[in-house]
Amino acid sequence: MASMRDIKRRRMSIQSTQQITKAMKLVSTVKLQKARARAENTQAYFDGMYKTVTSMLSKTKHIEHPYLMKGDSDKIGIVVVTSNRGLAGGYNSNIIKLVTGQDFDKAKVKIYAVGSKGVDSLVRKGYEITADYSEMIEEPVYGDAKEIAKRLLTDFTTGEIGEIYLAYTFFKNTVSHVPTLMKLLPINPEEMNVKEEVEEDDDKLTLMNFEPNEEEALNLLVPKYMSSILYGAFVEAVASENGARMQAMDSATSNAEEMISDLGLKYNRARQSSITQELTEIIAGAEAIG
Amino acid sequence: MAGTFELKIIEPDGVFYEGEGELLEFVSIEGEMGVYKDHIPLTTILEPCVMKIHTGEGVKNAAVLGGFIEVLKTKITVLAENAEWPDEIDVKRAKQAKKRAQERLKKSDASIDVRRAEAALKRAMARIDAAR
Repeated sequence: MASMRDIKRRRMSIQSTQQITKAMKLVSTVKLQKARARAENTQAYFDGMYKTVTSMLSKTKHIEHPYLMKGDSDKIGIVVVTSNRGLAGGYNSNIIKLVTGQDFDKAKVKIYAVGSKGVDSLVRKGYEITADYSEMIEEPVYGDAKEIAKRLLTDFTTGEIGEIYLAYTFFKNTVSHVPTLMKLLPINPEEMNVKEEVEEDDDKLTLMNFEPNEEEALNLLVPKYMSSILYGAFVEAVASENGARMQAMDSATSNAEEMISDLGLKYNRARQSSITQELTEIIAGAEAIG
Repeated sequence: MAGTFELKIIEPDGVFYEGEGELLEFVSIEGEMGVYKDHIPLTTILEPCVMKIHTGEGVKNAAVLGGFIEVLKTKITVLAENAEWPDEIDVKRAKQAKKRAQERLKKSDASIDVRRAEAALKRAMARIDAAR
């Protein structure tokens, strides 16, 4: 059995770790509240955007537009949204697993990374990082998302990449975060029109007019659509990150609690046995003299 | 008066304005427009402009800096990239931005992005007009 001093030292060290995890849990709880409120606010904009783009695409099915067709290049651009900080349970590794688990050819994948944890692991795995926007995930603003969208569209139209995917963590609720991979470009109208049915009857009957014409409007709308998806993804990812960290720290704290009480028992037992031993020695000594 | 329509202005960070309106004036990329209730369904792209919301009580101005608008018979949805009420606008900053953009346009050599400078100029003007 370990000595009393060892047990005591061990317990102290676990106690101070527990204090850290507890504090981190509290911080991420507060951050989660904020991020979640933000994600909910963004939802309205994103929904409106989605509805408009789908209704536009349902009308423009027949037209040929570069944004609706696969690019000439066989390279694939993936926007990978992770965090800059660790200790968030499986948050970052789940995203990395999602990206590396696809049957993409590694040599043809170009990573547009948001979040330094993702950069680190993907570099280690031998992926090519085309751009790194890690500082943006700290405090996502719409302007940043716009900038990334612009870069992606430029690379798409110049033929650098033929397809664009987005990997981020969807914030379902506080305890459930789903790593998600979605295709940004080319937009596939058939995939998107699933939601069309829910529209109000009044709107369905009347045919939407576009000014300027659909093709021109698509040119202007797609960048905005991309920015809003990216922005929405960033906001969700931040909420998920904090949710994941909160969970991880919560279980770390309760694990520490368990270990402390276990060590407390062990300590008492060790103390007891050392007292017993001392007594036995004294009695044995007294008997020897007597 | 033809009656009122529902108006909703949404920014990326949340709903900016929600209420009733009788007439909505704005500038689309095709030119200035005013929309009453029962307009034909229309989707168009907005220029940075001052959006005038006419309600029963008066006219509200808001600077809307890019985005697009979806007009249905009784409902208008504006998806603005950025929207500001006049009292939120920093006029001094907008004026500086205007000056900067004008100077950049004057230089007009190949190194500058003319479209970007123009967009910046339009945004600054919309802000200044709204604040007036």
